[in-house]
Amino acid sequence: MQYALMIYAEPGYGEALPEAERTAVIAEFSALAEDARCVAAVQLQPAETATCVRVAGGRTLMTDGPFADTKEVLGGLVLIEAANLDEAIEVATRIPVVRLGGVVEVRPVVAR
Amino acid sequence: MIEEVFRDEWGRVLASLVRFLGDFDKAEEAAQEAFAIAAERWQEKGEGEVGGVPPNPVAWLVTTARNRAIDRIRRERTLAEKIHLLPAPETVMDEFDDTVIKDERLELIFTCCHPALPLDGQVALTLRALGGLETAEIARAFLVSEETMKRRLTRAKTKIKATGIPFAVPDAHLLPDRLDAVLAVIYLIYNEGYSGRVDLAAEAIRLGRVLATLMPDEPEAHGLLALIMIHHARRRARFSGEDLVLLDDQDRSLWDHAQIAAGRAVLDRAVALGGRGAYVIQAAIASLQIAERIDWPQVAEMYRRLAEITGSSVVELNHAVAVAQAGDPAAALRAVDRLDLDGYLYFHSTRGELLRRLGRDAEARAAYRRALELATSTPEQRFLTRRLEQL
Repeated sequence: MQYALMIYAEPGYGEALPEAERTAVIAEFSALAEDARCVAAVQLQPAETATCVRVAGGRTLMTDGPFADTKEVLGGLVLIEAANLDEAIEVATRIPVVRLGGVVEVRPVVAR
Repeated sequence: MIEEVFRDEWGRVLASLVRFLGDFDKAEEAAQEAFAIAAERWQEKGEGEVGGVPPNPVAWLVTTARNRAIDRIRRERTLAEKIHLLPAPETVMDEFDDTVIKDERLELIFTCCHPALPLDGQVALTLRALGGLETAEIARAFLVSEETMKRRLTRAKTKIKATGIPFAVPDAHLLPDRLDAVLAVIYLIYNEGYSGRVDLAAEAIRLGRVLATLMPDEPEAHGLLALIMIHHARRRARFSGEDLVLLDDQDRSLWDHAQIAAGRAVLDRAVALGGRGAYVIQAAIASLQIAERIDWPQVAEMYRRLAEITGSSVVELNHAVAVAQAGDPAAALRAVDRLDLDGYLYFHSTRGELLRRLGRDAEARAAYRRALELATSTPEQRFLTRRLEQL
């Protein structure tokens, strides 16, 4: 089944890292994108670039900024194919942010 | 007789059906149906009629449940084909050997205690699936309404299905963490029953025994079982009416000595397996503490090891108590004063006791008063008040 791995981290967590660590993090992300189980992987632009959209009374309303105002923001998304939750969690633990104070939310995708 | 078979075999039958049907709810439904049929057929009948428990009750129950489930799936499939709407179920219906039913309770335990489930859901599901307790019984044990418990169980089962929690024993590299989760659930069930709800304590022992049987080479499984057996053996001596009776003052004739011996045998097994984990050490401490003459230096050594593993200040406090009992209250007080446990009742009562032994009565009184401020239960308050009066 497919799982979405949603990556939450404090903005700019990568910039605070020493050079060597940052290189390692980038390498880990690339390895993940190369993994056969990875269906798609995207990194998002910073949360300040977000725009929230609603439609009310036929008018399109826009607000600046991300939907949830939290310390950790959604920074990327990985879609994987895994046999079960344990395998999905195993892939999630290889996303470097989880050891750098961030969190990965694992959610099964509705099968179609 | 039939009730006993039901209690003993529910977990095995359910585990086998979860594997076969790949679905908790369907498995539970089929198992319930099979047990209901058994209850009717297995009754001792009158002369000339067939009755009684069959020679292999598990195989009988699993076979009956599988047949019922298959019938149901066939009926539903026919219906679905008629209305051309629902996809046919994909369950594979292999021929099965009805004499050898593989024991898959370990898979079931690891599924029920998966850390992706909320802890209260893990506990409830373990009691339902492995222990065979009814939803209403579990609700009573945890002092919630049956409706609440039903929702809790449903949420857990829904999450297992929707998120693809596997029905499997975890791989070796995941096993230590996942086993910790299983042990924690069983210990939690025991602790819920510790304060008097005896059924849950007995249930924890039952589950602990199942786990130790299924993981015969796992020292911590034996350690946990030994720990709860030795504790449970003293249950009748722990209260005098409403009052808490400390270990020293307990009436030893009320202890279940057969259970203590059995618990110690389990502990020996854990130690023989090289066990050095937190549950093995706690069981060793429990065993040392009920000896006729307590070997306090050894107890202190065990608490030192336990503190090393857990890093817990409460364990450090217990270590200090053992050091005092071993003859060095001054060293114990120094160790206690290094701990940051100001909000903890036993920190202050322990300080009070150590100060009293060192002849520092005024400070002892202040410590006991602080403990009394933190005491919430009547037996604790009574105990501390008595101590204060004796100073």
